[in-house]
Amino acid sequence: MLRYFLKRLGLALVTVGLIMTITFWAMNAVPGGPFEREKAPEPRVKAVLEARYGLDKPIGQQFVMYVGNVLRGDFGISLKTGREITTTILTGFKTSAKLGAMAIVVAVFFGLIFGMTAALFRNRFPDRLIIFLTTFFVSVPSFVLATLLLLVFSITLGWIPVWSATDRHMLLPVIALALYPMSYITRLTKSNLLDILGQDYIRTARAKGVAGWLIVVKHALRNALIPVITYLGPLTAYILTGSLVVETVFTLGGLGREFITAILQRDYPLIMGTTIFLSVIMIGMTLLSDLIYKIVDPRITFS
Amino acid sequence: MTDKNMQDKPFKKSPFSMQMDLSKFELASDSEKAQQDVMRESTTFFRDGIRRLSKNYLAMGSLIVLALIVLLITIAPVFVPYGYEEVIRVDGKRDRSLINLKPFTWSEKEQEAIDQGEKLFPHIMGTDDLGRDYFIRVLYGTRVSLIVGLFASLIVLIIGLLYGSISGYLGGKVDLFMMRIVDMIYSLPDMLIVILLAVVLEDALKERIAGTILAKVGVNMITLFIVFGLLYWVSMARLVRGQILSIKENEFVLAAKASGASTGRIIKKHILPNCISVIFISTALQVPSAIFTESYLSFVQLGVKVPMPSLGSLANAARNGLQSFPFKLVFPSVMIGLIVLSFNLLGDGLRDSFDPKLRK
Repeated sequence: MLRYFLKRLGLALVTVGLIMTITFWAMNAVPGGPFEREKAPEPRVKAVLEARYGLDKPIGQQFVMYVGNVLRGDFGISLKTGREITTTILTGFKTSAKLGAMAIVVAVFFGLIFGMTAALFRNRFPDRLIIFLTTFFVSVPSFVLATLLLLVFSITLGWIPVWSATDRHMLLPVIALALYPMSYITRLTKSNLLDILGQDYIRTARAKGVAGWLIVVKHALRNALIPVITYLGPLTAYILTGSLVVETVFTLGGLGREFITAILQRDYPLIMGTTIFLSVIMIGMTLLSDLIYKIVDPRITFS
Repeated sequence: MTDKNMQDKPFKKSPFSMQMDLSKFELASDSEKAQQDVMRESTTFFRDGIRRLSKNYLAMGSLIVLALIVLLITIAPVFVPYGYEEVIRVDGKRDRSLINLKPFTWSEKEQEAIDQGEKLFPHIMGTDDLGRDYFIRVLYGTRVSLIVGLFASLIVLIIGLLYGSISGYLGGKVDLFMMRIVDMIYSLPDMLIVILLAVVLEDALKERIAGTILAKVGVNMITLFIVFGLLYWVSMARLVRGQILSIKENEFVLAAKASGASTGRIIKKHILPNCISVIFISTALQVPSAIFTESYLSFVQLGVKVPMPSLGSLANAARNGLQSFPFKLVFPSVMIGLIVLSFNLLGDGLRDSFDPKLRK
């Protein structure tokens, strides 16, 4: 168990290191620096600026400096706003985390309920409706869904204000983010539940007279939950990347929007900081979901 | 002496002898012979799969929808007299009322021209904010999205197939090393890296390829292909390797080896036919995900760039003035949805009819 955990942790750390290297070298491969856009400053001013941000040192040295700073939790200063990147990331992340957490809860909760319904009403109307809808939601990109929701509910129907500072404002973004993973979880739960309901131990439970709903909740659902746990890692990744566009569409000041703005403005330190931050979260969630999976399912052996 | 004895003795059959006693057999009658006739033509794996597929209405429907879309984007541009980056002019003059037209409406000057007996091609989907025909832009956007999807899947297939089959067939330390690399790329958060690479490659390549043939393809397209080639082949490589590893252990491969077949022949005749359907299905399912990624990148303005339209960038552009011109969002969105849905359903259908494990 411990050995498995350490091995996974090691792989995760290697991945984070790889990401830091990729981001750093990639950003340096781009022709043109941050001070060469629009109005280029005088050479002397530029030299001072570059010296201030350490851009005049050899690239290898810059990288070592950067890694050292990151390990101390210091991502540097944004080249555009002059603010500390750690502050920017943390402020943005508050909104994104709230949005993401709500979307995950919604996706898992409704995914399980719909999946259960579809499995229990197999080949009848509820099943067909649910499968039709989920197939539809899986085929529409999140940004299209987000814009369509905005169009229908905020603009045409006027139910939810486009601009508002309250939590009601989060409703549409959460739906836009959650629909795809919800559909995925629905299909996953349905196929697993159908598989499990055909097992011998379910027949045993039936034979000894356990009530129908109790069989589903106590015997079948527990086992159907296991694959959903493994999906939590990819789910987080999806929610985080999805929030990049959803936040842009709904103009929420989250981390996703910061990232897109940083890329469009070529704000190197902010791009690298955000990428590393988001990557660590994604990798951490994958690690966590794999670990929970191994703990929850006693049939899995550690190797 | 013994020889002579054996010759003289009448032949005595051992009870376990395979030699047949002909007197116990009789000739088959004609009706019995008829029973041996093959009533139905023998079918091949491929033909059987096609037969199953043709019974799957959803998959066939998707195939028809896709064929119609392909037909539309190849033929329609010949008939529509507008270019995708052409700002429409009436009698050589720009027309202010021509921008943001609703579907099947005319601008003031166009209306005048029509009243004078001129024949104009209708704006089937209206016009955009610069006065370009939206129908032709959506068609070209679909073209771009489909081409990117197909080519990207092809790149993924080629790299994944080569890497996976080498790794799987060689096995041992080479396999271990090659799979470690795959593991590392696999654990990267792909979308973030894709976005990052799209930014970087675009800027880095712009100057390098200027003036070459590649410049004609467009730097953004090449960037997209490279990004796909760099990141998305890993799952294909894993799939191929897993298939080859499990098939390699089968008895028929051992039999082929025992009868002296060369490595090339074993791969070509015994291993590939057994995993080709799984690989093909996964490629078909790769197309919609590539289209997804492309439109996502175009939506955040990192994919195909102006004036070349893509479904994603059209949807992004439609966000301005969403209130007044919602149709501009609806058309590209419906197109993306239709293509992705069709490919998904087709892929599922292919899997049901061609995957040996799912066949009954």
